[in-house]
Amino acid sequence: MGDPLGMDIPHLVASGMGGIRTAGDMVARMMYTKNMRLNDAKEYVAKKLGVTTMDLGDECIMRDLREELKIGSVTGIPGAPRGILAKMNIENILDIKINSCEKFREKLRR
Amino acid sequence: MTDYYTRMGDGRRVTMTRQQVLDDIQAGSADAADMGGIPQLNANEIEHMCDIIIDQSRVVGVEPGNEVVMTYDIGQLDFTGDNGNSGNGVDMGRLEAALLHERALGADTFELAHSDYSIKPVKPVISMEMQTMEEIQAEIIAPYFYGAMPNMGLYYAPDGPYGNPADLMREFKIEESMASSEAAAEHLARDIEFVTTRLQAAGSDGFNFDTTGSAGDADFVGTLNGVKKLRELCPETYINVGAAGESVMGIHGMMEFEGEVAAGLYPHQQAQLIAKAGANVFGAVCNTNTSRSLAWNLGRSVTFIKKAVEDSPIPVHVDMGMGVGGIPMFETPPLDAVARCNKAMVEIAKVDGV
Repeated sequence: MGDPLGMDIPHLVASGMGGIRTAGDMVARMMYTKNMRLNDAKEYVAKKLGVTTMDLGDECIMRDLREELKIGSVTGIPGAPRGILAKMNIENILDIKINSCEKFREKLRR
Repeated sequence: MTDYYTRMGDGRRVTMTRQQVLDDIQAGSADAADMGGIPQLNANEIEHMCDIIIDQSRVVGVEPGNEVVMTYDIGQLDFTGDNGNSGNGVDMGRLEAALLHERALGADTFELAHSDYSIKPVKPVISMEMQTMEEIQAEIIAPYFYGAMPNMGLYYAPDGPYGNPADLMREFKIEESMASSEAAAEHLARDIEFVTTRLQAAGSDGFNFDTTGSAGDADFVGTLNGVKKLRELCPETYINVGAAGESVMGIHGMMEFEGEVAAGLYPHQQAQLIAKAGANVFGAVCNTNTSRSLAWNLGRSVTFIKKAVEDSPIPVHVDMGMGVGGIPMFETPPLDAVARCNKAMVEIAKVDGV
């Protein structure tokens, strides 16, 4: 699907979780890692984060929580972990392995 | 009698009465039920869909707390592609495009894509794709796939080594046509293994197989054989398999996956085979009829997808691009139509994602 204004934006506004703006990335990870259906994935992530399932899509909750947990944000925060670093923190919180983090660890000289 | 603004399947704005909208939803749902041998929407669901369609707000949405996960096709091509992909024609790097989707467009997941968006042309540039995957994985946080269409049509003459089944059938060479489909499907499965396992080695979160079955049942079976192999070799992979239509076209007619004939399968049946192959998420599809109203198309689409969600052993992300999921077939789809189809799919079909 092309036309970001005709596709990405109305879908996001109508029902999107918001990705790393909220907790959409983590709910998606549980769907793909464990084949969890939507409500199960939300409950799993909410429990791990110590919030309600309603909070998962709330920017006012998730913006500060993501910064505190060092799992990335949509705004540029100097010094805050991004990319692989943030994903390693997500691995620990969700108790999963992420392929890019695994590959990163394999390449480290110990 | 009040007239309400709504749309046709080609995007044109029309007015309809509430009764006309109800009648079209009913007729669309009945069409899906008849084709798929599945239940029609009930009276409450039809009323609810009608209320969504005739809501005169420009954009509608679900209640807070009912949000779903978004997955995408064509990757960065929505920015960089031409109008064949409804792309903006804005040249930029794939890293920048991925991060803009993650940080400016609220993408829950995203993907890397080759400009031809097919498995076959990725092979000669696989090292470049691996390098770009490694680079973007170092910076992105959201699950980041590699996406491509199996697009088995590229394996047939004049683009590929195998005879074109449609041409062979026109010459009444039925057995040759079927043999050609089978050979192309085996080739496709080998190519899927080649491409996907290398991208996993480069740190990809997984693979999005887009429009599976676009070249018919052999394309569908070849892809599922590739998916099965990928799951065996890379058990950690996130696998998304999106279909090409609400029914698998029987161009071969007798191709089987795990003992099940693929031709003619509807979304609730496609889900079973896709899950058996090892996918994590099924992208269910229902195509739009441009001559019918949005109400008819949405009624038909939601009927198919609701049954797929109920029967699927894995999460279902309904395909809702231009011309699928009730959305008008138009290059720049109207925002009012997209939002209405989205809300109906989440609230009535109960999809896990879009």
